[in-house]
Amino acid sequence: MNVGVIVFPGSNCDHDCQHVFQHVLGQSVQMIWHKETSLKGVDAVILPGGFSYGDYLRTGAIARFSPVMGAVKAFAKDGGAVIGICNGFQILLEAGLLPGAMLRNKSLHFICKDVHVRVENAATAFTEACEPGQVLKIPVAHADGNYYTDPVTLAAMQANAQVVLRYCTPEGKVTPEANPNGSLDNIAGIINSEGNVLGMMPHPERCAEDILGNKDGKLIFQSLLKAMKVKV
Amino acid sequence: MKAKIHVTLKQGILDPQGKAIEHALDSLGFTNAANVRVGKYMEVDVQETDKAKADAQVKQMCEKLLANTIIEEYRYELV
Repeated sequence: MNVGVIVFPGSNCDHDCQHVFQHVLGQSVQMIWHKETSLKGVDAVILPGGFSYGDYLRTGAIARFSPVMGAVKAFAKDGGAVIGICNGFQILLEAGLLPGAMLRNKSLHFICKDVHVRVENAATAFTEACEPGQVLKIPVAHADGNYYTDPVTLAAMQANAQVVLRYCTPEGKVTPEANPNGSLDNIAGIINSEGNVLGMMPHPERCAEDILGNKDGKLIFQSLLKAMKVKV
Repeated sequence: MKAKIHVTLKQGILDPQGKAIEHALDSLGFTNAANVRVGKYMEVDVQETDKAKADAQVKQMCEKLLANTIIEEYRYELV
């Protein structure tokens, strides 16, 4: 599989994503600078974490107007698989590729720690290597991860099983205490109604190999390979 | 023409910064201070002499970029 990792000014998890796909999973990776207007024929697109444009105005608000986003939108519209991680998720929200918006964390703190998320829908291109209800330990690192959407949109997303990951206790209980940032309905990750665009706040690329002591995040990427029928 | 633009979180959406400031005001003895909302203030020089055209442009700026209307509301004046 040929994976495109979009590089915005201020992206800082781009090389981690490249490393996981290239060196852990043996796939080829194209780094795509945000000024590009073509995705160079890649099979899937990753919008990595970081602080694109210094988070000026709002997180992701300016990156969504980067030239490459026109190609990303067209790619997503044609059913191409897109994953936005952390700042990438924020960009997908601002670009309207996923519903909702991010608010400042309820505590106002930048939160950098391992959290647990429960796989609420294991029948997606991004979670099919997981068991339904499986608990994954993945780190978060953000100041704006307090997901918000209006009640009508939330109900539609729930009915359509678009809430894919929810913050939970290590035992898998979805509680207010397990919610690190005040996110609506403990939402940590969602997909679009067509199921080909994923946004998630936790960083799976930071826990995808044994040497890091945790490879739960690898399941997200393995799911994508499985969905794309790639043998690893 | 200069646009003076205010962007704030919509009423009903939790404003954690506003809450923190409210608590700080309370601990300073301003116990009657309530409903603190934090927002952004922006000034934009619009090279346009026709007020109606400038108004339409600033509205578009707000809708497309300056505010995220899912969570924020905006108001502006042209001077």
